[in-house]
Amino acid sequence: MLNFTLRRLLIAVPTLFLIGTASFFLMRAAPGGPFDNEADLEPQVLENIRAAYDLDKPLMEQFVIYLGKALQGDFGPSLVYKDFSVTELVAIGLPVSAKLGFTAMLLALLVGVAAGIVAALRQNRFIDHAIMAMAMTGIAVPSFVVAPLLALFFGLYLSLLPVAGWNDGAWQNMILPVIALALPQVAIIARLMRGGMLEILQSNFVRTARAKGLNETRVICKHVLRPALVPLVGYLGPALAGIMTGSLVIELIFNLPGIGRYFVQGALNRDYPLVLGVVIIYAALIIFLNLLSDLAYAGLDPRVRKSYR
Amino acid sequence: MNARSNILRSAQIAKAARGEVSESLWRQAARRFARNKAAMFSCYTLVVIGLASIFVPMFWPHGIEDASWEYIGTAPSLEAWHWFGTDANGRDLLVRVFYGGRVSLSIGLLTTLVALCIGVTYGSVAGFIGGRTDGFMMRFVDVMYSLPLLFFIIILVTVFGRNIFLVFLAIGAVEWLTMARIVRGQTLSIKNQEYVESAEAIGMTRPMILRRYIVPNVLGPVVVYVTLLIPTNILIESYLSFIGLGVQEPLTSWGLLISQGAGQLDSAPWMLFFPATFLAITMFSFNFIGDGLRDALDPRQR
Repeated sequence: MLNFTLRRLLIAVPTLFLIGTASFFLMRAAPGGPFDNEADLEPQVLENIRAAYDLDKPLMEQFVIYLGKALQGDFGPSLVYKDFSVTELVAIGLPVSAKLGFTAMLLALLVGVAAGIVAALRQNRFIDHAIMAMAMTGIAVPSFVVAPLLALFFGLYLSLLPVAGWNDGAWQNMILPVIALALPQVAIIARLMRGGMLEILQSNFVRTARAKGLNETRVICKHVLRPALVPLVGYLGPALAGIMTGSLVIELIFNLPGIGRYFVQGALNRDYPLVLGVVIIYAALIIFLNLLSDLAYAGLDPRVRKSYR
Repeated sequence: MNARSNILRSAQIAKAARGEVSESLWRQAARRFARNKAAMFSCYTLVVIGLASIFVPMFWPHGIEDASWEYIGTAPSLEAWHWFGTDANGRDLLVRVFYGGRVSLSIGLLTTLVALCIGVTYGSVAGFIGGRTDGFMMRFVDVMYSLPLLFFIIILVTVFGRNIFLVFLAIGAVEWLTMARIVRGQTLSIKNQEYVESAEAIGMTRPMILRRYIVPNVLGPVVVYVTLLIPTNILIESYLSFIGLGVQEPLTSWGLLISQGAGQLDSAPWMLFFPATFLAITMFSFNFIGDGLRDALDPRQR
């Protein structure tokens, strides 16, 4: 186990380095610079701006400077949001995105697991078909369709909740974005949970538990639920990555000041340092959370642990 | 297991002796698939959407860029052939939805083709060679797996401009990982099956073995995964177009139409309704077909 953890951590470092390097050189290989639009600048002024951002130095030197600073948590100044460094923008945006993401994750887990359990226990009955149909809808209808509809219905027609905005994370402002963000994950988790439950329900030890006369509630709670929940732990990493990417559109639609919105604006405006910084930070976060999720999975299921060796 | 396959085999021999040719695996799968109503209905739906996307823009009285001053933001009506209404520039939405369908569907198909080529080659090479090479190649896939791939697509699109062909390549280039895993796993397990050994023993040549045993067995899971990858890729394209990094005007796609519709939801709800409906129907159909194929091809179903 320790061995596995160490090895995974050892892989994580070069992976991050690779991502950083690839992204850096891709960005610099791009045709057109961030200052191309400001057409009527004097050549001398343009030269000074480029020098201020180190863009006049040879590529390798820029890369070394960038790496050195990035290691200290300094991803340079944002080119679009003047007067802000990338680190400052991330510090502003991350709490918003994190609050949004974790609330959505929690909601997705609660609703998804509950729906999956109910569907599995009533297999092929009406409620099972209804839940699975809804799960299919959650997968087929993307969140960027659901989100505007939610805003229109609850915000505009019913005037119950604000249509957009963050308002320092007031719960009224959180409800719609969190629901829109959680829905696709609810669908996937419900399907996973149902599948896991059905598989366990057919296994021999459940039959044994029933044969020795345990009542159904005890069989489900003691013997079925726990092993059925294990595969979900392995899905937590991917689910979080899904929520992070979903967060880009949701923040855009609801106009929330999270990382996602800055990232999209940066990508649209060729704000290299911002895009690079966010990608590296998110990649580090996802690698770390994937590791945690895998470790927990291995800790809970001995068969998985064996396959890692 | 062995006893069971012996029984199956002898049943087949008995059948052959009676002059009945036993059905091939694919025939049986096709029959099972044809019994699946949801999957068959999805097939027809997709054919209709596909044909409409190809032919409607050719014959419809409005072009995708024809703006008319009299009909700016009009609701759907039978008048003047604006069945789905018009957008804020007075362009006919019906023709734009089907034109967008062309773009979205072809992106879905082409990116999947790219992913299929890379994934099958990579996976089969890793599985066939095995050993160290296999370990190294799969470790690379593991590393790629742990990355936020959508962010990587966004970098590629940011860097190389918002060119539609690059969107193709970028999506295809990152979506082959699961394919590679599936193909490698299948190749690895089939390579060591007893029936392959026995086929070698009775003197079948390598190409014959490949055609008779390896390809059909690898093909099943690949076909299933392909039908599920197409909607995923259509969704990624829509997602990119929605945030403004995918398909650009004057070209259009379902994602771009949805993003324009979402912006004018309170004044012109039909602009979201029609592209979103077509996207959702397409997603449903591919998912039902994928599920249907999985059930039909799964040998445990028999």
